[in-house]
Amino acid sequence: MDFSYSVLIPLIPLFAFLIIGLGGNKLKALASGLLGTTGLGVSFILSLYTAYQYFFVFGKSAEGVYQKIVAFDMVWLRFTETLHINMGVLLDPISVMMLVVVTTVSFMVHIYSMGYMKGEVGFERFFAFLSLFSFSMLGLVLATNIFQMYMFWELVGVSSFLLIGFYYQKPSAVAASKKAFIVTRFADLGFLIGILLYSYSTGTFDFGLLTNVDGELIRKGTEAGFLGLSMLTWSLILVFMGGAGKSAMFPLHIWLPDAMEGPTPVSALIHAATMVVAGVYLVARLFPVYALSSPDALEVVAYIGAFSSLFAAIIACTQFDIKRVLAFSTMSQIGYMMLALGVSGYGEHGIGYMASMFHLFTHAMFKALLFLAAGAIIHAVHTNDLREMGGLRKYMPITHITFFVALMAIAGIPPFSGFFSKDEILVAAFEHNKIIFFSSMLVAGLTAFYMSRLYFSIFWGKNTHYHHTPHETSPVMYIPLIFLALVTVFAGFIPFGELVTSDGKALHLHIHWNIAIPAVLVALTGIGVATALYMKESKTPDKVVASLGGVYKTILNKFYFDEIYMFVTKKIIFNLISKPIAWFDRHIVDGTMDGIGWVTTTSSEKMKNFQSGQLQQYAIVFISGVIALVLIFSYFSTN
Amino acid sequence: MDILTLFVTIPVLTMLAIGFAKNTQQVRLISAVGMSIQLLNAVRLLFAFFAERKAGNTAEFLFTQDLVWFKSLNIHYAIGVDGIAVAMLVLTAIIIFTGVFASWTMKELTKEFFISLILLATGVFGFFISLDLFTMFVFYEVAVIPMYLLIGIWGSGRKEYSAMKLTIMLMGGSALLMVGLFGIYFNSNVAGGELTWNLQEIAKIQIPIEAQRMFFPMLFVGFGVLGALFPFHTWSPDGHASAPTAVSMLHAGVLMKLGGYGAFRVAMYLMPEAAQEQAWIFIVLTSISVLYGALGAIMQTDLKYINAYSSVSHCGLILFGLLMMNQTAMNGAILQMISHGIMTALFFALIGMIYGRTHTRMIDKMGGLMKVIPFLSVAYVIGGLASLGLPGFSGFVAEMTIFVGAFQHADIFHRVATIIAVSSIVVTAVYILRVVGVLLLGPIKNDEFLQLKDAEWHEQLTLVTLIIGIAGIGIAPLWLSDLIGEGLAPVVAKLLAAIH
Amino acid sequence: MIEGIPLHYFLVLSTLMFFIGVYGFIVRKNLITILMSIELILNSVNINFVAFNKFLYPDQLQGMFFTIFVVAIAAAEASVAIAIIINIYRRIGNINVEEIAELKH
Repeated sequence: MDFSYSVLIPLIPLFAFLIIGLGGNKLKALASGLLGTTGLGVSFILSLYTAYQYFFVFGKSAEGVYQKIVAFDMVWLRFTETLHINMGVLLDPISVMMLVVVTTVSFMVHIYSMGYMKGEVGFERFFAFLSLFSFSMLGLVLATNIFQMYMFWELVGVSSFLLIGFYYQKPSAVAASKKAFIVTRFADLGFLIGILLYSYSTGTFDFGLLTNVDGELIRKGTEAGFLGLSMLTWSLILVFMGGAGKSAMFPLHIWLPDAMEGPTPVSALIHAATMVVAGVYLVARLFPVYALSSPDALEVVAYIGAFSSLFAAIIACTQFDIKRVLAFSTMSQIGYMMLALGVSGYGEHGIGYMASMFHLFTHAMFKALLFLAAGAIIHAVHTNDLREMGGLRKYMPITHITFFVALMAIAGIPPFSGFFSKDEILVAAFEHNKIIFFSSMLVAGLTAFYMSRLYFSIFWGKNTHYHHTPHETSPVMYIPLIFLALVTVFAGFIPFGELVTSDGKALHLHIHWNIAIPAVLVALTGIGVATALYMKESKTPDKVVASLGGVYKTILNKFYFDEIYMFVTKKIIFNLISKPIAWFDRHIVDGTMDGIGWVTTTSSEKMKNFQSGQLQQYAIVFISGVIALVLIFSYFSTN
Repeated sequence: MDILTLFVTIPVLTMLAIGFAKNTQQVRLISAVGMSIQLLNAVRLLFAFFAERKAGNTAEFLFTQDLVWFKSLNIHYAIGVDGIAVAMLVLTAIIIFTGVFASWTMKELTKEFFISLILLATGVFGFFISLDLFTMFVFYEVAVIPMYLLIGIWGSGRKEYSAMKLTIMLMGGSALLMVGLFGIYFNSNVAGGELTWNLQEIAKIQIPIEAQRMFFPMLFVGFGVLGALFPFHTWSPDGHASAPTAVSMLHAGVLMKLGGYGAFRVAMYLMPEAAQEQAWIFIVLTSISVLYGALGAIMQTDLKYINAYSSVSHCGLILFGLLMMNQTAMNGAILQMISHGIMTALFFALIGMIYGRTHTRMIDKMGGLMKVIPFLSVAYVIGGLASLGLPGFSGFVAEMTIFVGAFQHADIFHRVATIIAVSSIVVTAVYILRVVGVLLLGPIKNDEFLQLKDAEWHEQLTLVTLIIGIAGIGIAPLWLSDLIGEGLAPVVAKLLAAIH
Repeated sequence: MIEGIPLHYFLVLSTLMFFIGVYGFIVRKNLITILMSIELILNSVNINFVAFNKFLYPDQLQGMFFTIFVVAIAAAEASVAIAIIINIYRRIGNINVEEIAELKH
């Protein structure tokens, strides 16, 4: 059982990046596109092979437990005897699952981009960045230690920055990329401090040792305390802060809607399926510690997840930009995954953990599908605005069908994949905490509502007159849609409980009808309301909006969070801290130094007059000096 | 001639040869050839050092030489290198090499310019090879003095003011150093016998604690002035803003590192007890300067000021790492010296090149340069990402090593200081992205910029060399970290032994 | 004849002469008067020398000799100084100390 070939999965995109990046303008656009896509294709096939080998051939130990396999490991940088950053490949159920998710979506997005980005300036650059992103994301997924994860975490952040700012001459894109980077960087500060605290108390970075909850190391961390919580809890909360930043959890979510300024395939890859779930993956990676040693931290995860999920779902109902609706929907669904982790127990009680991973998988597929379909629509009608669309089902049948499949999945209608994963999440929440459960139910209804609103506004509703008649996209673009739609239809039947669990032992699942039926009913209600409001052009939605008044306006403006952040950064940090510091430095610190110089020069100016050249003046001074000395000496000698 | 003395001889010969050059063409060529030989020599030294270590030579300093040059005061020309000095020599060789190419288009008084530039580098090389404190000090002064001429004659803006300020502040530092060094000298024979300037000899004895208490702060502040220790950093923004490109590169890249190097090699190594006692004062100052420099950089509009403040922040981190006084943090501090040296040289080179094209350094007057000068812009982005500590570049390696080391102190004082220092990474991201966003991205603000030409061959050579340096350390840091760690071991051992 | 006069008479006289000389040296602007003031100072010292010689060491002659030296040197000095003053007067047409500042710059 040699898995060392799995090193190639991240390395191939890296080489593709280097070749395209260094080759620069010398490569033909098409050649670089093909190179990137082929590279990812090879990685995709290797990942599927690895997954097959791991899950069905070699992964289980004799007792039928999935094990952690370190396929490759080398010391990269040594800090102390025990603290060193390694570069390696760790295979366990979640990392192998993530490999499949990342390479599948990335490969589909590569193919799709060949069509979507055709003729754009910077086509090569786009593929270079895509490959860079894929490399970083795969490195993150496969990390053997928390510091390796942090490194790739940063690399993922920067590739996201580069891709959001792809249209670098557009000021809004530049601002969005900057915002995304700085907000996540701020969150990463928490992550870093968390890592440093955690590794100080445990003396290792290695995931194998860190998550070994029976070990000596973890117990050491739970001893030292600060403000009533153990050091371990503090560090886990800080680590979660990093995860919350990347996964756009409240209140660090503000970058995600703006990130939609990037090209749509990028949104599909990074801001729907892969990078944004990195936070969930991080918590899942450290899950044994959260669950067994620090239930307080896990509680924080649960509440933040549940709140973000509800918060985003409410905002999504009011937005008009289709990509922003999808962005808030992503945030809401990731909140679901977080809350599932938060309410989960370990081992036999680990249904939430399993459900979270399951939902991560299915969500990645159908959300990527939604974004790619949205890209196709934007490509066809040249606008993002919902109000300028309508009746597209006639012009774009394939996009319509695939979008519908994704809608059913996200709304949780059986037998589409979303139904199965969502059901498990609700079950886990029901067993743990009733408040979170009811909020999740509400979110399920809202999700069904706003997604249907989106669907009806685009494909049904009024018959808009377009400047150019919209037409179906080229096969390069719709083949990925069809592929993802097929996955979305069938992924629900994958026996996740047997493959991905918190302790590697199989978990036997069955559908809890007492929860599933109400959930489906709630979803159908949501769809029903949306159908009534948006299927035919009508005045009812405007009336509803008018009756809500100020509440609606607050929601439309995303609860004014952007404005609050702007106030804090621009007004407080820039004007109240940075400017005074610059002033202080120029005028006080530097002024002191200049002041010393000034004193020296002026006093020398004054002293210069003393040396007048007037002999008689010298004589006065000389004689008075002599007299003074004589007096002083005679005074002292007489005493 | 032995390999270390060559480091001083090659530049001196180059200067002599420049003296005989007939025109600018020849001056440039001779400087380039001389400094290329110097770079090759540095690389040769690196390999020779590894070979010696492999052969089992475990002496603290290798390639030592000892000649008396001033009998009555017992001053020797004593030289030798450990892993850290080797790394610093290689860094200096890289930067002076690229500095020559960055000044390729220098027009006025070229002969004198290159002679002063190389003289400055000679002082730096001499400083790093010296084991005799007095010789070290002489070389230190040789490195500092030409700066006055270089800024005062070839600078821009308020050059006379800046040159004067810089020189006087550094001379003030030197005065403190001189006193501190004499303090060490006159306490170097506690066990009886001759007074000595030799670093290795002094390291063997313990300087009386009263003397340490008095002279440690003098030496630390004296070196700290050059290392931009808050509040003695104000020469740096003005000095850098006025200095010509190559001088800024060399100054921020190497000369400011003399401060950090001296601080640990002389002050902390020879007076560990006082270092342990007084570290807290300087920890407070350096953690202020880390965050303060970064916050100060946010609102600047002149590219060179931004970089100067960022240097204050990064150099603060060097001293901060040193003051944590454990193997890991100090290792990180030295890595940071090298990393920041290359990075800041890259920045100043780029700023010079951009200024040469747009004739302004104000970021609000520029915009959208990515479109017209992609090579320079990409290099700037790479430098920026390295500066904000992106993995894969040297800054990440250095900063993380410092932070991990600093976190080994569990008491609340060190924790708070460390967290203040760590939070600078966010602020750094803010100002770097601000510059990148305003300067390189967005629409082109000025139509004249459409005519700009991208990098020439000598500029590309400069930038590529420096980028390879940053990325090389960032991708494979282990050898460098081990090289430094081995040199640090005796220093750390002394410092740890001094804890009561 | 000198025996009858107490020492302090001499000292008072020489002190008066000394300070009159100093006063003249500082206050007068004419170079000739300044020169004359210097002569006063020198001669006040001479009186001191002679007086102390007589009262303290009557059987020795150092004080006398010193006085003679001073007188001789003062004569030489005066001749040089007057030569300088005459030259200055020829060049500049003025012997006021405050206005003779040609060499200062």
